[in-house]
Amino acid sequence: MLDFWIYLFILSGSTYLIRAIPFACVKKTIENRFIRSFLYYIPYAVLAAMTFPAVIYSTGNIISGFVGLIIGAVLAFFNRGLTLVAIAASLGALVTELIIMII
Amino acid sequence: MKLYLKGLKAGIPIGLGYLSVSFTFGIMAISLGFSWWQAVIISAFTLTSAGQLAGIQVMVNPGQYFTMLISQLTINMRYSFMSVSLSQKVSPKFKGIKRWLLGFFMTDEIFAVASCENVVEPIFFLGLSTLPWIGWTLGTLLGALIGNVLPPVIMASLCIAIYGMFLAIIIPPAKKSKPILIVIIVAALLHCAFYYLPLLREIPSGISISISAILAAVFGALLFPINVDKEETGNA
Repeated sequence: MLDFWIYLFILSGSTYLIRAIPFACVKKTIENRFIRSFLYYIPYAVLAAMTFPAVIYSTGNIISGFVGLIIGAVLAFFNRGLTLVAIAASLGALVTELIIMII
Repeated sequence: MKLYLKGLKAGIPIGLGYLSVSFTFGIMAISLGFSWWQAVIISAFTLTSAGQLAGIQVMVNPGQYFTMLISQLTINMRYSFMSVSLSQKVSPKFKGIKRWLLGFFMTDEIFAVASCENVVEPIFFLGLSTLPWIGWTLGTLLGALIGNVLPPVIMASLCIAIYGMFLAIIIPPAKKSKPILIVIIVAALLHCAFYYLPLLREIPSGISISISAILAAVFGALLFPINVDKEETGNA
């Protein structure tokens, strides 16, 4: 239980500080081109690394995970909103799981 | 008060979106063995999606404090850029303690909406942040409570929802920008390497996500430096 509180402190504390310190302290714009480029790409890189390959295993079944991934990727490609893509990927995985259970 | 209500209204769609995504976070936390109140506390005090998801995966194992810190710093580094960016657009009244308090609410979506204002007033920013915070916390609570009674097959299916959201964030910009597409592919391939290759496989996922992302972003910054004159912001 102590472990939980220490973890919570690190998790929320570091997330807070990384938001608040630059907001409160920075009064100038970053000019360095490399740093700005790096900061520009980092969100996409983080989300891609978090998604692959974990998305395939997220449902506990590779087939339904794969189906959910394909459905989500196709809908995202056609610019559907975050919520719709998330729900559709889940539904796709659920239907696949149910089909597997019946077979 | 009028400005607060204006912010509140602008925050409605974000709040609704957070409600559904954090619902999944609640379910995932329960499935990893957390109590409902732990999931709610994590959401209320952290207010981030990718960081919390990585965070609970680290928390499952005891004592990996350094891994937790490194993974959070990498995953959340984008917020510091957003904070720097928004610090250029706030009104003169938005300073000191107000920045320290309201900086907590700097999420991707709140930042994106606030950036559309010409001048960001503190009271508007507070209004804008209110419903997203409520939605994120409440959704976690609902997910954690309902997650306990849902059939396992439905819970398992819902665990993919948060990745669906990530796809919806990264794919549309990747269509428009080849450099973003390449950075995404590099990051995904690197992390797959960490996942499957011997030795690399032993590295905890919090660290391997960070290493993959940093290498991919450095790769992108070296090969495709952005045009600094054109105002480009990370909208993910």
